[in-house]
Amino acid sequence: MSYARRALAVAWKDLAVERRSKETLNALIFFSLLLLFVFQFTLGGDRERLAAVLPGVLWLGFVLSALLALGRTFLVEREHDCWEGLLLAPGDKSAIYLGKLAGNLALMLVVEALVLGLFAVFFDIDLGRALPGLVVVVLLGTLGLAAVGTLFAGMTANVRARELLFPVLLLPVQVPVLLATVKATEALLLGEPLAAVGHWVKLLAAADVVYLAVSLLTFDVVLEG
Amino acid sequence: MVKTLGWLAAASVAAGLVMAFGVAPREVTQGNVQRIMYVHVPLILASYLAFVVLALASLVYLVRRDEAADRVAHASGEVGVMFVGLGIATGSIWGKPTWGTWWTWDARLTSVAILFVMYLGYLLLRGTIEDRERAARYCAVLGIVAALDIPLVHFSVYWWRTLHQPPSLMKPGGFTGSSSILWPLLVNLIAFVLLYAYFVARRVRLLRAEAEAVA
Amino acid sequence: MNLEPIVRVVDVRKVFGLVPVLDGVSLEIRAGEAVALLGANGAGKTTLLKILATLLRPTRGTATIAGHDVARAPEAVRALLGVVAHGAWVYDDLTARENLKFWATLSGLAAGADAVTTALAGVGLERAADARVRTFSAGMKRRLSLARVMLAQPRVLLLDEPFAGLDQRAKKWLEGRLEALKAAGAALLMVTHSFGRELGVADRLAVLAGGRIALDTARGSLGPDDIQRLYAAHTEDGL
Repeated sequence: MSYARRALAVAWKDLAVERRSKETLNALIFFSLLLLFVFQFTLGGDRERLAAVLPGVLWLGFVLSALLALGRTFLVEREHDCWEGLLLAPGDKSAIYLGKLAGNLALMLVVEALVLGLFAVFFDIDLGRALPGLVVVVLLGTLGLAAVGTLFAGMTANVRARELLFPVLLLPVQVPVLLATVKATEALLLGEPLAAVGHWVKLLAAADVVYLAVSLLTFDVVLEG
Repeated sequence: MVKTLGWLAAASVAAGLVMAFGVAPREVTQGNVQRIMYVHVPLILASYLAFVVLALASLVYLVRRDEAADRVAHASGEVGVMFVGLGIATGSIWGKPTWGTWWTWDARLTSVAILFVMYLGYLLLRGTIEDRERAARYCAVLGIVAALDIPLVHFSVYWWRTLHQPPSLMKPGGFTGSSSILWPLLVNLIAFVLLYAYFVARRVRLLRAEAEAVA
Repeated sequence: MNLEPIVRVVDVRKVFGLVPVLDGVSLEIRAGEAVALLGANGAGKTTLLKILATLLRPTRGTATIAGHDVARAPEAVRALLGVVAHGAWVYDDLTARENLKFWATLSGLAAGADAVTTALAGVGLERAADARVRTFSAGMKRRLSLARVMLAQPRVLLLDEPFAGLDQRAKKWLEGRLEALKAAGAALLMVTHSFGRELGVADRLAVLAGGRIALDTARGSLGPDDIQRLYAAHTEDGL
């Protein structure tokens, strides 16, 4: 099916470019390490305070990295003057969206896994029992961020002041995802089972469905010119 | 037609003011400060209306590419952000003597604050794109995404906090305040909705004149 | 040469903000014909090209390609177009072959590995096929861009200053390729700044000034000096 091939072609292309230039991944990893140090300096001493703010701090780290990664979604097209090429590609543009989304998800999940691992090690957190639940929450939350983020990245790709506009547009819309993930993570880290945060998980799932559906339907409009 | 709307709005605002300050009783515990409610609540409700209109006009634009729909969305966004801003301000003015604080992160306030920021983002997007057609398309998409997001925001914020006064107008059981509060509130609500409609109509007319001047 | 024009621009107006860039442009191009579009900087040449490329919508007026309106049926138009813009539309970190494969797949072309190799050979890049585009010269990138366009076998070719930045040899090569495309029946619109030999490809010259086509004439046997004089006469560009 041509649609799937086109989406895969876009995803493969982005990952190939990333693998060879390593620009985004390096920036994200460095940024995450920096966050880790900053959090350690400001919160590391007081273990109780750290445990209380950890879920928020963790997701703050995820969101800031996400803003960095998602904001760069179409950077390679802008830098190499390929944006118009995407606009003129015939056929359903939502295939391009899916390809870009897949690339973003791969990147974000790698960085999140790294950040989570680093946090566990450096802040001495026992992830153990919470891990399966955490994985579910992180997956759902990341999908929510990336779904709208990729759409908005397309919208702001060629706009003045895009670095300012992108987070300003994305963050208010992502409030449900932020609230749900932080609250769920908080409960999970306190030892609660996943069922206890079922309502948050359902909200995340519903949000993901809504965001994906809207983005798939409207990406064509964004890439019209 | 727009002129009549203007006079009607002015008249009802005047009526609303009279009712708020003359007819409505002095509230027992909160004192005269409570009268701000007659402005605050209609402002917020009218801004919700502005948002709904923005979302619907955005949808119409995307489907039919009718520039008139885009102008309505644009105008509604501008008037809406003004109303939300004023609504938040009047709420704070009421809150300080009543709750002792200008702001609190309860469910209702947080939701309204998020709505305000979304409106601002909408206008920012409009202002940044020079091509009228592209601005219309992108803002329509943003309008729809924001509109679909509102229920999600509402639930997430509500589950997170609840401190605001329980809604008295929109509770299932019906209005529980006394009727002497209800009437001034309703008159002011109508007044602000008319004011909203008048502002939007004037703005749309201006936008259309701009468009025709260059085409 | 078919008499029915395949590209039809009728009284197109384009306004940015409050500034009219195109103010009633009309132009026709037939299959197998090449039109060179001249004009001063900011005259609106690239804007007209973008409208035909479905990247911008006209404020007023219509432009059609093979009967399809660029504003109302952009998808149908895109299927017929080949665009060589300022940017070569190539990803520096991919090889020439990978770039072509990507664009072919994205355009829904069933171009197999053979078609890609043939296209690369057609533009003289077969030996650099597996080198990263980052190492290419401007001329090589332009050739890769043309290979991308040729894979799709377009009926209408839009070129934005295709000869800019090329050395003499590459220019000669490009002339040959464009003539071949014309002979195969493609219609060409070439935005250009130079009055040199490159105009040899053009069958007609059009000068865009004051938002309109100020001059639309057959190139015939006009030499660079004649063209320069004509151009100066119809624009404020006294160079």
